[in-house]
Amino acid sequence: MRKQLDRWLGPLAFVLVALDVWLGLWITPPDQVQGEYVRLVYVHPAVAWVALYVAFGMAGLCSVLYLWPRTRSLAFDYAAAAAVEVGVVFTILTCITGAIWGRPTWGVWWTWDARLTSTALLAVMFLGYLALRRVPAEPHVRARRCAVMALIAAVDVPIVHFSVNWWNTLHQGATVLNANLSPTIHGSMAWTLLLSFIAFTLLFVWMVIARYRLEVLRHSGERKDLDRALSERRAEGAEA
Amino acid sequence: MFRDAALVAGRDLRIELRSRVVLWQVLPFSVLALLLFAFAFGPSQARLVQSAPGLFWLALLFSTVLFAQRSRALEGSPATREAARLLGLDPAGVFLGKTVALFLELVVLEVLLVVGLLLLFHVVVVSWLVLIAACLLAALGLASASVLYGALSGEARIRSTLLPVLLLPILAPVLIAGVRSFQAAIKDGAGLSGRWLGVLAVFSLVYTGLGIALYGPLEEN
Amino acid sequence: MVSAISLQSAVAVAGRFPVLAGVDLNLDEGTVCAVLGANGAGKTSLLRLLAGLTALERGAGSVLGADLTKNTSGLRANVGFMGHGVGLYEELLPRENLAFMIKAARLDPSGIPDALDRVGIRGRVAATPVGQLSAGQQRRVVLALLVARRPRLWLLDEPHASLDAQARDLVGSVLEEAAAGGATVVATSHEPDIVIPLADVVVTMAGGVVTERYAGGRMGSSDVS
Repeated sequence: MRKQLDRWLGPLAFVLVALDVWLGLWITPPDQVQGEYVRLVYVHPAVAWVALYVAFGMAGLCSVLYLWPRTRSLAFDYAAAAAVEVGVVFTILTCITGAIWGRPTWGVWWTWDARLTSTALLAVMFLGYLALRRVPAEPHVRARRCAVMALIAAVDVPIVHFSVNWWNTLHQGATVLNANLSPTIHGSMAWTLLLSFIAFTLLFVWMVIARYRLEVLRHSGERKDLDRALSERRAEGAEA
Repeated sequence: MFRDAALVAGRDLRIELRSRVVLWQVLPFSVLALLLFAFAFGPSQARLVQSAPGLFWLALLFSTVLFAQRSRALEGSPATREAARLLGLDPAGVFLGKTVALFLELVVLEVLLVVGLLLLFHVVVVSWLVLIAACLLAALGLASASVLYGALSGEARIRSTLLPVLLLPILAPVLIAGVRSFQAAIKDGAGLSGRWLGVLAVFSLVYTGLGIALYGPLEEN
Repeated sequence: MVSAISLQSAVAVAGRFPVLAGVDLNLDEGTVCAVLGANGAGKTSLLRLLAGLTALERGAGSVLGADLTKNTSGLRANVGFMGHGVGLYEELLPRENLAFMIKAARLDPSGIPDALDRVGIRGRVAATPVGQLSAGQQRRVVLALLVARRPRLWLLDEPHASLDAQARDLVGSVLEEAAAGGATVVATSHEPDIVIPLADVVVTMAGGVVTERYAGGRMGSSDVS
């Protein structure tokens, strides 16, 4: 089952992204109001969704699972770290695609609206997590610190969101999940939008799995190290 | 838990009173910050009054980073920290005690900064209730977040550069809500202050709760 | 006799380095044990493991009935530790340091003045913040803390270091009193001549393991190992 997943996940993700790009750039019609610029809706919201909800949600969940004594395992620590690393990439992509979209439609590369500012703050928090990860410490000490930080950041995000929202807002309202829950986007555009969400989520999953495996490999070397180190240590005692 | 909190708060405050680091190093920094802001934004009276809330909260936030460092440093050398660990103190109590001690120190700072606002920036306060509520709620939130992040950030050498990066983004809501509350207190009376005081209250509650829950797992071995 | 310490093939690590590489040690309650060995042999690590400060990586162990592989925080109330560093708050006076630690351990603080007096911390010295005292005086204050706490297990890392002859005698008599009171004492040292006469059992370490064990010179002891 795992081998099948390995073989198909990456190519599938890339195929779906390619499909999304093709549909987005060529097949779907331009918008009434935004014209050609609307095509970024097939990239930006999906990337933002992955960065803000999937990556952060996964990091938060894995952190809780690590801190909970019954499910404590370094595997969750590695998973959380992988999610954050890939999440940073997606967050930066969100800001970039957002800026590209914003320039022609709003007239500026950046503005201090709620969503943008919250996302920028989130990116900084993610980077803080990665900085904390690089501080040398025993694996479980580091895992504990990072898990707590991820948890705090996760709880802080809604607070930040509402604060910044009330502070200022310019971003368009949610396209699919607005107050009435009736989508304001129709037909082929809606399907392509849905496809984009699936495609980028799969891409995220593929990248996280790869990153997780890398971390596991890096640390499996250490277990074998211990056995070797033990025999060396005893030998040094015998000589003395 | 409360017994240990009182013990730890007493210890932190006693060490602080004895060493006077906050008095001679942190408070002067805060006053200095206000002065530098005045240089940057003044001398036009109108502009100073308008930017006063923002400058107050910025000065407070940057000083909080110093306070957070200091609070952590009070735990002592690694040997002292280990000796304390062997005492069997309730970690939630330790967190609460350190938070209370830091809260009191932050309130002292806020008083100083408010005096600075009144005297140096010629600010006129319409609603003292909102101002005081904002200060107290924010101080609790800042204190609990600082103690929690202080415990996260590792050894002193690394902590000095890492702590600001970790702490300041988290404190952004306090900055926003604090500035808005002050603006309401200075110009409009009550205004929309309810919402912003609410944000400060939620922040404080959340971080105090998180600290009580997570300080133990963080410090255990 | 009740077992105070029981370690089987205990391994402890610091980072990736195995500071203890398979220690076997059994001590009964009320025993005074001296641990000898060269620098880097693992003496300090052994004490830290027994105190619950370092985790048990492999092997099995129990201290005062508490399993080392499980949560060791319950152990701490019964263990007194005197390490290399000064585990005191530098800005506080000796009596304030002791007051904090004794109250934290939920013990009666009324024994503090006697404890300080016992170790020779009086007058001007007692009114000086700990950070300004000499190394020897600081170690005396830490000793006073142990005297006031009366733990069941005393762990001392080179207690005679930085002490003059008078202070060394003091340590000897304090340890003797502790053992007479039923406490178990484990002390590491670089100076066999000083520590062997005090001990029931002497243990030598090298390369993270215990290599030798023999009876000490303490009067009235018989090592049943």
